[in-house]
Amino acid sequence: MKAQGTVFKYGDNVDTDVIIPARYLNTSDPAELARHCMEDIDKTFIQKVRPGDIIVAARNFGCGSSREHAPIAIKEAGVSCVIAATFARIFYRNSINIGLPILECPEAAAEISAGDTVAVDFATGKITNVTTGRSFQAEPFPPFMQKLIAAGGLPQYMSAQD
Amino acid sequence: MVSLMSMTQTQKILARHAHLETVRAGQLIMADLDLVLGNDITAPVAIREFAKFGKPRVFDRDKVALVPDHFTPNKDIKAAEQCACMRAFAADQQITNYFEVGRVGIEHALIPEKGLVTAGDCVIGADSHTCTYGALGAFSTGVGSTDMACGMATGQAWFKVPSAIRFVLEGQFGPHVSGKDLILHIIGLIGVDGALYQSMEFTGPGVAALTIDDRFTVANMAIEAGAKNGIFPVDETTLAYLREVGAREPVIAAADGDAAYEATYTINLGKLRPTVAFPHLPSNTRTIDEAGDVRIDQVVIGSCTNGRLSDLRAAAAILKGRSVAPHVRAIILPATQKIWLEAMEEGLFRIFVDAGCAVSTPTCGPCLGGHMGILAAGERAVATTNRNFVGRMGHVESEVYLASPVVAAASAVAGRLAGPAELDTL
Repeated sequence: MKAQGTVFKYGDNVDTDVIIPARYLNTSDPAELARHCMEDIDKTFIQKVRPGDIIVAARNFGCGSSREHAPIAIKEAGVSCVIAATFARIFYRNSINIGLPILECPEAAAEISAGDTVAVDFATGKITNVTTGRSFQAEPFPPFMQKLIAAGGLPQYMSAQD
Repeated sequence: MVSLMSMTQTQKILARHAHLETVRAGQLIMADLDLVLGNDITAPVAIREFAKFGKPRVFDRDKVALVPDHFTPNKDIKAAEQCACMRAFAADQQITNYFEVGRVGIEHALIPEKGLVTAGDCVIGADSHTCTYGALGAFSTGVGSTDMACGMATGQAWFKVPSAIRFVLEGQFGPHVSGKDLILHIIGLIGVDGALYQSMEFTGPGVAALTIDDRFTVANMAIEAGAKNGIFPVDETTLAYLREVGAREPVIAAADGDAAYEATYTINLGKLRPTVAFPHLPSNTRTIDEAGDVRIDQVVIGSCTNGRLSDLRAAAAILKGRSVAPHVRAIILPATQKIWLEAMEEGLFRIFVDAGCAVSTPTCGPCLGGHMGILAAGERAVATTNRNFVGRMGHVESEVYLASPVVAAASAVAGRLAGPAELDTL
């Protein structure tokens, strides 16, 4: 599986309240959640984002509330991948569970800029900044998580175990 | 020397629930669950995902708790429909622990009060503050809705076994210092990702001086340091609480003396001062002495962090015979119906209302910017809640200052961020 898109770049501690503010959590409809994705950190994100685009952020992306609405909104907005130096743990497991590809790579997070075109190969964990020609190696997923992602998410994985 | 078999308190609980002799940090395990929890925001998504597991019934109707506490009493039509979805699922699945408005309270105050968690349990909740039950010596962690659905369908969850940071507590609190000040101090010390993926294990002689409510407050905010869980050893205080609420028989896990920790911090409780987290991160802490002149518009006393009876008593002790500043709205939210009744019977509501406070039914409400106290652009609140992110309590240009009930009450009177000592000089 591969992805390529334009980068939206953010800093440290992007919390799930700014990814999807609680005032919109009175629904669980993915399309409606996506309309407000990143609204409290980047009001123009949802107008600018195109299918396949990539979010790159620094440390502790997705901290705060456990709301799965956050990775759902990002995925539904068309984002193909989130790259960060580190992820908050609930956001990390939620993304794996719903099949939103995420990669931890501090070097890529530091050196990729907003607007760059970036390509990702999920099989190898290789991240290529097409704009600058630099490439980076993300931590590969442990085998268990690779199986979970390959199954298409936690429900499919657990059902296959029976 | 650290033995290969040595485990932290958290690792021992996880090993038992994974039916393994030992586990080590980094190991991926499937663990049996004693309780699976969700609320009116997270459960509707989990109910949708539950259908994908192909199981007609939840794994154990006594071990699922559904608590509509966030946007209740229903704040609008959409919220009402979310609650209706949850109510229908609870009825269809004959969920034992579904709590309707009138009986409901804020989940992390209600679940322990109902005796639904005991020491040694393994609990997941689709709410990040599920780590609260570590106060009782349980492994308890926040997850998302798909994990909750998996838990409801199978009674299991996957975990990466965490390493741990140890906090050795010594001494005892001085006047007007409580669990909230301790946990804010710790988050200020290690940062909002200082315990990322790790357990925070609290230990040392100072633990004995902490009330069970202090421990709930401390464990509750472990997530604000990025931790997987926060956990306290089981002692007489824990056992007395578990007996009082009629919890199941505890299974006591203690950390091995030579268990490995990534770091150890020693904290003298006697040296702590009332502490405030300034916008917009819980780690942005200052003591009240360094607060400066911050004029405020609202005070919120409540939440899963600080809405318990002891919190209301502490606030009432400050507010008794005083008045909330004319330009401040002070909102008090007892966390459960039981707490509400006890506060009323003790006369605390008379004190609050005489001082000019509004007293609400239990709800998470303003903590997450839901309802019952939303901030306008430019407004500032001192809140006993747990997060002060951008826009958390309302407009993106509003500000939240996190503090203890004592500091929140004193600030309500002063009309600006203030400690109780400052009230004597007003």
